[in-house]
Amino acid sequence: MSSRDPAWAHEFEAMMRAYEEAGGKSDILKTPRVASAVVSGNRVLATNLVEGVSIETEESESGVRASITVAPGTKVDYPVHLCFGMIPSEGVQEIVSGFEIGEGAEVGFLVHCTFPNAVDIKHVMDARIHVGPGATMRYSETHYHSSHGGIQVLPTTHAQVDEGGWLESEFSLTHGRVGRLDVRFEVDVAARGVVELTTKAYGLAEAEIKVNEGVRLNGEGARGLTKTRVAVRDRATSEIYTTAEGNAPGAVGHMDCTEIVRGAAVARNVPVVVVRNERARVTHEAAIGSVNRKEMETLMARGLDEDEAVDIIVRGMLG
Amino acid sequence: MGNNTLLAVENLWVERPGAEVLRGVNLTVGYGEVHALLGLNGSGKTSLALTLMGAGGYKPARGRILFDGQDITALSLTERARLGLTLAWQEPARFEGLVAADYLALGMREPSRARIEEAMAAVALSPMVYLGRTVNHALSGGERKRIELAAVYAMRPRLAVLDEPDSGIDVMSFQDIVTLFRRMADEGTSVLLITHRDEMVEMADVASLMCGGAIVNTGTPDEVRGYFAQRCRPHGDLLGSQPWGEEAGGTYQRVVAEEVGDE
Repeated sequence: MSSRDPAWAHEFEAMMRAYEEAGGKSDILKTPRVASAVVSGNRVLATNLVEGVSIETEESESGVRASITVAPGTKVDYPVHLCFGMIPSEGVQEIVSGFEIGEGAEVGFLVHCTFPNAVDIKHVMDARIHVGPGATMRYSETHYHSSHGGIQVLPTTHAQVDEGGWLESEFSLTHGRVGRLDVRFEVDVAARGVVELTTKAYGLAEAEIKVNEGVRLNGEGARGLTKTRVAVRDRATSEIYTTAEGNAPGAVGHMDCTEIVRGAAVARNVPVVVVRNERARVTHEAAIGSVNRKEMETLMARGLDEDEAVDIIVRGMLG
Repeated sequence: MGNNTLLAVENLWVERPGAEVLRGVNLTVGYGEVHALLGLNGSGKTSLALTLMGAGGYKPARGRILFDGQDITALSLTERARLGLTLAWQEPARFEGLVAADYLALGMREPSRARIEEAMAAVALSPMVYLGRTVNHALSGGERKRIELAAVYAMRPRLAVLDEPDSGIDVMSFQDIVTLFRRMADEGTSVLLITHRDEMVEMADVASLMCGGAIVNTGTPDEVRGYFAQRCRPHGDLLGSQPWGEEAGGTYQRVVAEEVGDE
């Protein structure tokens, strides 16, 4: 399907509307200075490249394979914008991606995944990330779904951060409903490397949320932070499993989990701390339960009712 | 209750597990009045503030609270706020992801940027620097307290209960605080100013002294300051708190301390 094809135009416009609903700015995808790719189902509708950034795509039966490379030393001025989604209400989308960030490069990614009509959709993402020595990668992925809740979101990431590298990754699924979310993220961090993983999710109705993150601080002075913010209500469940390993001198890790529970929802947090070096340090903190009473009463003292106050607190927590 | 009375507290008793924290409080606050409530640590000032606001766990066992002639004793916290009563907590709550501009706006009937900026300036915070800041743990204690005062000011309540607003505010001068409370009064907001610093009482129209969960003296600021200096402060200097707290085995002190530090 070419860009002159009316069907292409129709689908591209539908994706742009969905992209806007997901919080994206569609104009930015038409800007030559911004590297971008738009993928609908298993079709790559558009790509735009900038100097130093390569996006190679290959359509598969149920999705797309993408290889994204940032040349060593490249400072990418504007975040690379990626839009994944499906307009139909049913189907499978499988995105297999590789990110190669060259030595000393700096790049950000803004990724929007949008499924505005989802009734029975399975969205699988399998990513490999390599952040080269001294390189910086900031990755932000935001989801927007329909209110049907008939979608499974299954992202898996394996990452390697080389010496002095920096990786920030934020995953956010707080708008619309999800049926099942299963986030898996494993990362190895070399000397003086830094990783920050943030996961935010909101589970309604019968949603099942599972987050499984593992941070291995293998090099001297490596640092890692996992920050998890989940709110569940109705009969939704959330299970957060985080593991941080301090395997080298001066490695510092911290896991920070907050889960708010309302109605008949159930939340579980299982942090695992592993320290293999006497000069490493790993800590964790978790707050699971109802909304903080003092926060709620403070907002009610401004005239909000209880539901409004809870909504403000939850939305604030989930960003 | 006189015609000038906005708040009337009548024989108010509140029990908390292990102690009676309010023991027959009687207090009135007039329209546009700045009323200082003085007392040593542990005298029940914060318990009274939380009870007036309707906070959880502070349901009166006896007595009633009248606000502009209406009995609000059984009203919820939200209902009281919507009538125009609000509270600035001694240790204000922190909010993840909520920026100061939005925090101030959510208590305002008709939010306006001009009013929000005016409120921030009134507490000596630069609107340009602070309106986009998140009201979270990254703020210092003093910054957070000033944002709380700004939020109360922006709200234009009919009665603002301010629990130790002067503690921990390093940058605002005493004169700044006086000016702020006077501006509130000029806009028609009555202020119940809770403090344990007798010099704060100077700026009030009326003062009351709290001791042992009850109001023991009400009069001019000078009268109440004098009474406090002669009769109360020596106990505070010697014991650090109410004298009879020790006699009661410290239960009262412990309960009050837990409430004050309750997050």
